[in-house]
Amino acid sequence: MNSSNPIATRYMGLDLRSPLVVSACPLSSNVENIVRMEDSGAGAVVMFSLFEEQIREEARLLEKIGESTTNSFAEAGDFFPAADAYELGSTRYLELIRQAKERVDMPVIASLNGCTPEGWIDYATQIEQAGADAIELNIFFIPADLEIAGAEVERRYIQIVHQVCEAVRLPVAMKINPYLSATGHIVRSMVDAGAAGLVLFNRLYQPDLDTERLKISNDLRLSEPNEIRLPLMWIAALHGRVNASLAATTGVQGGEEVIKYLLAGADVVMTASSLYKHGIEHLRTMHNQLAAWMERKQFQSVDNFRGILSQRNIADTTGFERANYIRILRKAKEGS
Amino acid sequence: MSDVSRQVTIDGNEATAYVAYRVNEVCAIYPITPSSPMAELADEWSAKGVTNIWGNVPEVIEMQSEGGAAGTVHGALQSGSLTTTFTASQGLMLMLPNMYKIAGELSCAVFHVAARSLAAQALSIFGDHSDVMAARTTGFALLASGSVQEAHDMALIAQAVSMQTRLPFLHFFDGFRTSHEVNKINLLSDEQIRAMIDDKLLHAHRERALSPDTPFVRGTAQNPDVYFQGRETVTPFYAQTPANCQEAMDRFAGLTGRQYNIFEYHGAADADRIVVVMGSAAATVRETVDVLSKRGEKVAVLEVRLYRPFDSRRFAACIPDTARRIAVLDRTKEPGAPGEPLFQDVASSIMEAHSDGAMSTLPRVIGGRYGLSSKEFTPAMAAAVFQELAAEHPKRSFTVGINDDVSGSSLEYDPNFLPDESGLTQALFIGLGSDGTVGANKNSIKIIGESTDLHAQGFFVYDSKKSGAITVSHLRFGPDPINKPYLISRADFVACHQYQFVDRPGLLDSAREGATVLLNCPLPADSVWQALSRPVQDALISKGLRLFVIDATSVARECGIGSRINTIMQACFFSLSGVLPEDVAIAKIKSAIEKSYARKGGNLVQKNFAAVDAALSHLREVEIPATTSSTRELPGVVPDDAPDFVRRVTAKMMMGLGDEIPVSEMPVDGTFPSATSRWEKRNISDRVAEWDEDLCVQCGNCSFVCPHSVIRARFLHKDHLKRAPESFKSAPINARGFPETRYALQVYAEDCTGCELCVEACPVQDPNDSERRAINMSAQSGDKSGDKSATRQDVAFFESLPINDRSHLDFARVQGTQFLQPLFEFSGACAGCGETPYVRLLSQLFGDRLMVANATGCSSIYGGNLPTTPWTVNQDGRGPAWSNSLFEDNAEFGLGMRISVDKQTSLAWSLLRGLQEKLPEDLVRELIEAPQILESDIALQRERVGRLKVLLLALEDPLSESLLSVADHLVRRSVWLVGGDGWAYDIGSGGLDHVLASGRDVNVLVLDTEVYSNTGGQMSKATPTAATAKFASAGKRVGKKDLAMQAISYGNVYVAQVAMGANPQQTLLALREAEAYPGPSLVLAYSHCIAHGIDMTKGLEQQKRAVASAYWPLIRYNPVLRQAGHNPFVLDSPRPSISLKDYAYRELRYMLLTRTHPDEAEQLMTLAQEMVDLRWRNYEELASQRAEDFQPVRSTNN
Repeated sequence: MNSSNPIATRYMGLDLRSPLVVSACPLSSNVENIVRMEDSGAGAVVMFSLFEEQIREEARLLEKIGESTTNSFAEAGDFFPAADAYELGSTRYLELIRQAKERVDMPVIASLNGCTPEGWIDYATQIEQAGADAIELNIFFIPADLEIAGAEVERRYIQIVHQVCEAVRLPVAMKINPYLSATGHIVRSMVDAGAAGLVLFNRLYQPDLDTERLKISNDLRLSEPNEIRLPLMWIAALHGRVNASLAATTGVQGGEEVIKYLLAGADVVMTASSLYKHGIEHLRTMHNQLAAWMERKQFQSVDNFRGILSQRNIADTTGFERANYIRILRKAKEGS
Repeated sequence: MSDVSRQVTIDGNEATAYVAYRVNEVCAIYPITPSSPMAELADEWSAKGVTNIWGNVPEVIEMQSEGGAAGTVHGALQSGSLTTTFTASQGLMLMLPNMYKIAGELSCAVFHVAARSLAAQALSIFGDHSDVMAARTTGFALLASGSVQEAHDMALIAQAVSMQTRLPFLHFFDGFRTSHEVNKINLLSDEQIRAMIDDKLLHAHRERALSPDTPFVRGTAQNPDVYFQGRETVTPFYAQTPANCQEAMDRFAGLTGRQYNIFEYHGAADADRIVVVMGSAAATVRETVDVLSKRGEKVAVLEVRLYRPFDSRRFAACIPDTARRIAVLDRTKEPGAPGEPLFQDVASSIMEAHSDGAMSTLPRVIGGRYGLSSKEFTPAMAAAVFQELAAEHPKRSFTVGINDDVSGSSLEYDPNFLPDESGLTQALFIGLGSDGTVGANKNSIKIIGESTDLHAQGFFVYDSKKSGAITVSHLRFGPDPINKPYLISRADFVACHQYQFVDRPGLLDSAREGATVLLNCPLPADSVWQALSRPVQDALISKGLRLFVIDATSVARECGIGSRINTIMQACFFSLSGVLPEDVAIAKIKSAIEKSYARKGGNLVQKNFAAVDAALSHLREVEIPATTSSTRELPGVVPDDAPDFVRRVTAKMMMGLGDEIPVSEMPVDGTFPSATSRWEKRNISDRVAEWDEDLCVQCGNCSFVCPHSVIRARFLHKDHLKRAPESFKSAPINARGFPETRYALQVYAEDCTGCELCVEACPVQDPNDSERRAINMSAQSGDKSGDKSATRQDVAFFESLPINDRSHLDFARVQGTQFLQPLFEFSGACAGCGETPYVRLLSQLFGDRLMVANATGCSSIYGGNLPTTPWTVNQDGRGPAWSNSLFEDNAEFGLGMRISVDKQTSLAWSLLRGLQEKLPEDLVRELIEAPQILESDIALQRERVGRLKVLLLALEDPLSESLLSVADHLVRRSVWLVGGDGWAYDIGSGGLDHVLASGRDVNVLVLDTEVYSNTGGQMSKATPTAATAKFASAGKRVGKKDLAMQAISYGNVYVAQVAMGANPQQTLLALREAEAYPGPSLVLAYSHCIAHGIDMTKGLEQQKRAVASAYWPLIRYNPVLRQAGHNPFVLDSPRPSISLKDYAYRELRYMLLTRTHPDEAEQLMTLAQEMVDLRWRNYEELASQRAEDFQPVRSTNN
């Protein structure tokens, strides 16, 4: 680690020049954007997610289209120019990792969203071969089936972590959602299963309802600063208590949220929504805000203040626990 | 020099294009079957940056028509580029004017033509020399190739000679027979190509080009004083060309070891009988000569390669003095001529040689026609020609290959005459278009051709349907080069890849004694025998065949590869045929699988590997008993109550026995009866629509969108149900006040293609099962060859119900249209076709007074391709009158219909007035003045015309007969011009524009699929920005033409843009408004298509997205509103609710670009979105303007 860099950070054993990491989002689907992220000071990039289900669906569709359009009529042997050159998402994804690794020095972390045991292992292996520095597992599972118990859900998560960690030598981060019954316990189990990093939290797909068209609407909603509190609480709760790196994500719009997460104990802070709103170069602004605050507070490095407001490091932990909740409720009742 | 070049297994088109691309700098083309692949390959190579022999990448441009392509070629030649084009048939006809110019100006160029029939009594996409013979007067040299290797070689020789002599060349080979034949050839190396092309001649070509630095004028207008002399200046160029061509062939032989001659004599040096022939048939005659020679007959064949300029002296010099009889075979017909073109050239050459004393005797010359439209020409037929030559009085003009029982021209032939086939493995594969059989066979040929010393050949024969088409692959393998340009008639191996074809007449006719038969069959091996029909059992026993079966469909499913049986059947073929050692073959199949599927996900490769392994372990031999046990005969293809013509003629075509139909059975003028598709129950889908009468709300959406008209609705009195079959479904009608009325929705299951559009269109959800609708897909009752009696009974009962009275139906609502009888049904269109629902609706709304001019394209193929056609009739025998003229002239053709109808109508009025004294006054007045807008008006008018006719028959007046001949015109006719975007936006654009500007009452329906769908997805001017298409593989950069706004600019044209899947009510409204408008109308109909690369079951969903993204705004521009002082521009679409991406990236045509050119894709998508936004703003603005802001309109009543 470069000791002269006050914001140098380690994440899952990787040296980062900044704790600011671009979280998984479509911006990273273009290698030029990844270069711009590095130019703007990003410590690392988590690539957009490789969705196994999407690839499978695409393969199915291609197969079906191929069946109906190839060699079935005398006048038209086929219908698409160079359709055989069509590459499924995984090929492009792996190629993008290779390209990114050639163009940037910062770590490139792949994000994988599998849907079958062989998918998780197969794609994780391919990602490793393509040269990624780490893998973030993006488990997107809503247990809508009422027959599935919480313990079963947790078992699945841990099994996936275990399988992937067995298959690859890369550090593996787990991006979890906040709706697991005992976050602390499952996080520890994941670490035991091999996870080197934990990303808090995944924002689950939450559809809205269109009251006019009587349909489900699924517009993308960017995260906002007021969403920071839940992950903030858990980062603070887990800092120093699990043997894994912690990444904070959700609600990061400026330097203020970055600082808060670091104070709570995050090793890295991830953002994507702010880059959509303000552009990739906004990373530079956030760095400037962080630097100005550190100067004002006279912190020499991020390590100096990382986690100083975590549960472990503050004397009165009630602020993070139930007593605080009761106090807030009381205040609200008093109309304060 | 011996040929050291590598061997490849390719088809004739690729073999030709390979050379043409390397020796040209510019290529201007237009797609036309069967030449399109040549242009597509050139475009593909150009896009990939493949260079020609001079190291530059040829420029390839797709034009709006062949006329346009020829013009561009002419311009490029005049500007110094070596330029080529590829075409066929009607395309060549459109090039003729420019060809005279190009030849007259001595411009060196080669046009490569996959020779094809011309549209006469009917269109045909198949091969003969009608097109090239029509070009023989242009001044082009004509050079023929007879095989894939020759097509490759002659492409180069033609180029070399053209550059040397300055004569443009038309290099041709037989469409489909050679253009689509796959064979192993020696590929010319670039060094060999370079050695044939003299760069000095290229420089000379450039020096002759137009240049402001050395200006001159070319293309003057000449007068009687000098034109003639000018025309004669070129004679020496023609005189020297045959010699130059022979020199080039000799030089080529030195380079490659392959010696060609402009006239190639083969056979006995002292032959007394000679056949003269050109093209692929020469190989057939050669083979026949060899057989006959071995029998001691003195016969020979003289193959003509350089047909123009025809070197009479050289030709005559090839004929030995011993020749007594010569038969000249022409693959064309020149009606009324003393003989066909080659015959005339041969006859005059011989006469001249004899007159000059160069030929001591004068042989008798006869001429014959053969092989029109790829009609088989076999050694047996060639032998018949030699036999005819031996006859005492040979027919002066004959045909061979057909039974001409009208003029008696045809020769009898012995089908058992076969040349030596030892050492060859011949295999036939019968499959479905969508089951991958053809693909697997092409793959097998590649495997054998390119990785062993064996030679391989393949022909692929398709039927005329776009859905559920039967394919027959003819594959030959052997140690020597295979030059047999005819189909297999004695196969060592016959594979039937679909069990339903086991009852197809003649399935095993082509199996030789002792052959192996492979059947994909769902039954266990020990129950197969008893399931076979008696004729099939009999064939198996009498020919000593071995039968193997495999349930490939189950194996595929178990291995997780869906319904793809191709690799499984391929593995079985290799295992049984012994063409290659089994382990070698399997390794090669797996290698091919890896190549195909590696990019499509690792487990697909493994699954296919598993399927190949499982194939061999599931293959079983069926023991053939000594005697037949089945009493089941093959089912008849049409029922006994079918019309006479259908039973005599159509049924034979349906059985694949069309070759047996004699001339006398064919209509003399191309006229065929309507209503024949109803007799062809194809049963192509296992899963068909099934109605849930309890859930149904009777909205009519399902029948409205059904592409094949298999969902019909009627309402009926409940008493009718007393005689209904038990399985017949009905429900109380969903309307108050009709307690005794029932509603019936009938699915014609045997005609259903299983496309699922009806399910998608159904608005109902089962409250207990959200996946279930009021119409769902379910397994068709009965198996493919089994009992369909319940379905048939239901349909028959439904058809026996009274037709709902049109004049009592509410046409204005989708719900009402479901009760209108479709007069377009069961076409051969693709499953889920996006075009046919519009066509069917047209037939429902106006069918009994509809005249359709149909541009060539998908709609003319599914609308008019034999054996059966979908346009049908109502209970009164009335229905759409349909005709297809050409591709380019449809607007004019339709306008001609309109003008003629108007003329006949006006004549009828005039005659009526002339007879008014003798007819009831009220009747005459009403006939002329009564409105004919509503359906009830039409019904009344029909009734009046009926009364008039009765009166006229009784009248003794010379005018009454005249009036009778035009009286039907007193009922208003609806003239529609139907076609695709290739016609409306490109080749027919000028005509369409003129017709719209004519102000006449024509209605135009453009079925816009945004590409040339029929010929395989080539770009048209309707192709949208950011989409890929053939000739736009790097994405279409230019915007789609706004045809609607072009038409609106005239002011007096009714214009609508519709998308049935997005707003069926608006579609209905637009078609009715268009028809009611008494001037020109243009309806642009969004038609989803397999060429979009979509899951066709989601076609309607894509239509919704096209509209929701504002990519396809729904509009209506009605000049009537303008006349009434209202804004004529109505925007029927809601404001955009999704982005263009959300619509586009669900289609392969757009997605492809994101994979091949991601940056370009992003930029083009941004551009396309801007275009969509801009157009939407413009349309919104138009919709908010006042009437006065639009063109004033004068009444367009004629």
